[in-house]
Amino acid sequence: MLAQFGFGVLVLTFLLALYSAGAAITGYVRKSFRWVESARLAMQLTFPLTTLAAGTLVYLLATNHFELQYVWSVVSRDMPLYLKMTALWGGQAGSLLFWSWLMSAFASAVTLRKWDRDREFLPWVVIVISVTLAFFLAMNIFFLDENPFARLWQTMSGDVVLGVFQPAGTFALTPSDGQGLNPLLRHPGMIIHPPMLYLGFVAFVIPYAFAMAALITGRTDDRWIRITRRWTLVAWLFLSGGLVLGMRWAYDVLGWGGYWGWDPVEIAALLPWLFGTPFLHTVIIQEKRGMFKQLNMVLIIVTYVLVIFGTFLTRSGVLSSVHAFAQSAIGPMFFVFIGISLIASFGLLIHRWGDLRDETSLGKMSMLSREALFLLAALLFGGFFIVSFWGILYPIIYEILSGQKITFGPAFYRLPVAVILGGLMVLMGMAPLSSWTFGSLKTIGRAIWKPAIPSAIAAVTIFALGMKNWLALTGFTLVAFVIFVTLYEFWRAAWGRHKTQGENIFAAFWNLFRRNRRRYGGYIVHIAMVIMAVGIIGIEVFQTTTQKSLAVGESLEISGYSIRFDSLAQFPTTDGRWVTRAVMSVSRDGKTLGELYPRYDLYPDGQPMTIPAVRSTLADDLYVVLVNWEDISQSQAPFKVYHNPLLIWLWIGSYIFIGGILVTAWPEKDS
Amino acid sequence: MKPVARKALRFTVYVLFILLAALQTSAARAQTPTPPSDDAVNAIARELFCPICQNTPLDVCPTEACRQWRELIRQMLAEGKSEAEIKQFFVDNYGARVLSAPPAEGINWLAYIVPPVMFLGGALLLFQAFRTWKRTAEEPADGAAAGKRSAPAADDEYVSRLEAELKKRR
Repeated sequence: MLAQFGFGVLVLTFLLALYSAGAAITGYVRKSFRWVESARLAMQLTFPLTTLAAGTLVYLLATNHFELQYVWSVVSRDMPLYLKMTALWGGQAGSLLFWSWLMSAFASAVTLRKWDRDREFLPWVVIVISVTLAFFLAMNIFFLDENPFARLWQTMSGDVVLGVFQPAGTFALTPSDGQGLNPLLRHPGMIIHPPMLYLGFVAFVIPYAFAMAALITGRTDDRWIRITRRWTLVAWLFLSGGLVLGMRWAYDVLGWGGYWGWDPVEIAALLPWLFGTPFLHTVIIQEKRGMFKQLNMVLIIVTYVLVIFGTFLTRSGVLSSVHAFAQSAIGPMFFVFIGISLIASFGLLIHRWGDLRDETSLGKMSMLSREALFLLAALLFGGFFIVSFWGILYPIIYEILSGQKITFGPAFYRLPVAVILGGLMVLMGMAPLSSWTFGSLKTIGRAIWKPAIPSAIAAVTIFALGMKNWLALTGFTLVAFVIFVTLYEFWRAAWGRHKTQGENIFAAFWNLFRRNRRRYGGYIVHIAMVIMAVGIIGIEVFQTTTQKSLAVGESLEISGYSIRFDSLAQFPTTDGRWVTRAVMSVSRDGKTLGELYPRYDLYPDGQPMTIPAVRSTLADDLYVVLVNWEDISQSQAPFKVYHNPLLIWLWIGSYIFIGGILVTAWPEKDS
Repeated sequence: MKPVARKALRFTVYVLFILLAALQTSAARAQTPTPPSDDAVNAIARELFCPICQNTPLDVCPTEACRQWRELIRQMLAEGKSEAEIKQFFVDNYGARVLSAPPAEGINWLAYIVPPVMFLGGALLLFQAFRTWKRTAEEPADGAAAGKRSAPAADDEYVSRLEAELKKRR
């Protein structure tokens, strides 16, 4: 009953979204304010409705309604309540509904903004968002496999069929317990990671909708960019946060000793980021100089398409990996939707191409001006995208043509990505010092030598300390360079305030941030990025690993640490897991540093889950895995240990990063 | 067929295959005093991908099949096989997908050629664009370019004031 209610609400929302798009078109054609207003209100109403639908599903999940196929597949009686509720996005059908729910939240939020000054955008923004929302709702409604409200029915011959309503000649089937959530997903990181990522995804729909509105209405000035600036930042914040959380989850849960495995599904989430990031930068230039209008359009269109594409990749089963839950029938629909979006967007863009000419002549722009460096950065991001995208696409093409699978692992990505990230760091160091339009070697050189000196000193120091790996040395030098450049920028501006306005230096710093949040928040993000790079260089270049089967009392050695196997215990938990837990003591140079408890949990359904024990310090991580796939006994157990130097800086950097974006996106009083 | 049954069947086939392979190789096994260490096995396994689970490196794959594959690697190492030979054995038996990147031969050259070519294409495009912009700017409006700029165009009035002050100080 409740399930049918939920489904009914879903259908109603779908119709409402369609109505909203239709009313907006009518309003535009008839120049009728009332129709457009009706469309706006309809879009606003989608949020309460999807909330009702999602709420219904959450209730059904929490109350063990195993007669629903979706509930049965992601919930079991022994799961704690919060996991049951978050199982909303633990499977395919639910996560699509969750997607729609977040999308409608952004849709409603957009309708609430002050539209007075840009009324002409409204119908088109409504259409783009409503159509996107309707598409995702349609996946839930028209495909039984993707319908979270579909019930299990049994025919007389014993077959189990799906249906929202009772098919003739069947009787209701209510399993006594469900399968439960995949143990890999029962982790705090996995609970927050999908919502973050999805928020990032759906938020990028908003700037895209405004971009389309600008193209259709011909208001191709920077109005749409100014409106969506903050939306874009929010989208970028969530997308970046989602990516980092995914890394953290992989590190904490997968037991592979790493944070990123170049799994196609990871890449699928990275792709929109690779276009969203340069977009965030080049819009600044359009705002300030009226340049790169065409480029910005291209960037936001591709970002939007990649958002849909990323969802398609992970939801269609075209890749099967740890993330992709199921094979499904919705793949072709996504394909069509992506195709239509691409054709329509680029068609419009070509139609308006002439109107999007640069207001300032690009001819005066020198190759070392800030604009040019931004373009170069966009090119590097493009290169990053090509490598990643090709790494996903080529195996699919290959499989279609030859029927055989091939794998693109880290070996394929490592070199090009390292080079590109290095290049981006060089640009992060140069761009803040370059001047608009007229930048030259001379102007950059005049500014660059000050931060370059401490960077060189840092490089020499690192070298003298024994760092002989040229790759890491280059990386660390670039990190130092970016940090010094950015600090120099802070200092230069604060000192200027101090001198000209007589503010004391601390007040000057404070005012700097207050007066120009976007710029200095952005610089904090730069610093955060290179701090994250320290962690990445640390693990990528210096990771060591060893595996050994130890008897109680025996130790293994890794990178100066000695790890002794003290004891092993096995015990059940209240939620039905069977835990095997080892006690290890870590020492270095004879000094005991503490204990570690690597373990693995056997879930009731027989799925094992390895939980590594990690000892993190600023210098390095010790990552100990109880190797559950080899023979384990009370007296003898195999352990795999990773030594991950500097990895913690990846997480520290990500905290700073979030802080930086918050500074940038924090509402400013209109001046 | 149910996925579980299919998996079980596939698994049995694999195991039989491995056993056959193991029998074959053990017949010709050379005596070695110390068995190869886990690290030696993992060093090769981490370069290979599990042939059944997608995108899972062989050194961390927890399935029973992979455990046996690692044992196979150990055995082959004990027989004195080189890393290349072992990898080749896996490729011959399970296809190129066990490698962490396809070998750069035949059609698979595309995998390595396309990204750099596209990137260089993009770079060239950008460079061309620069030159066209330069040319179009130089032709008509020479006077505009000659119009001396006051400061190295700063991005807001605040910074330009700051620049000016800094100059004064010098």
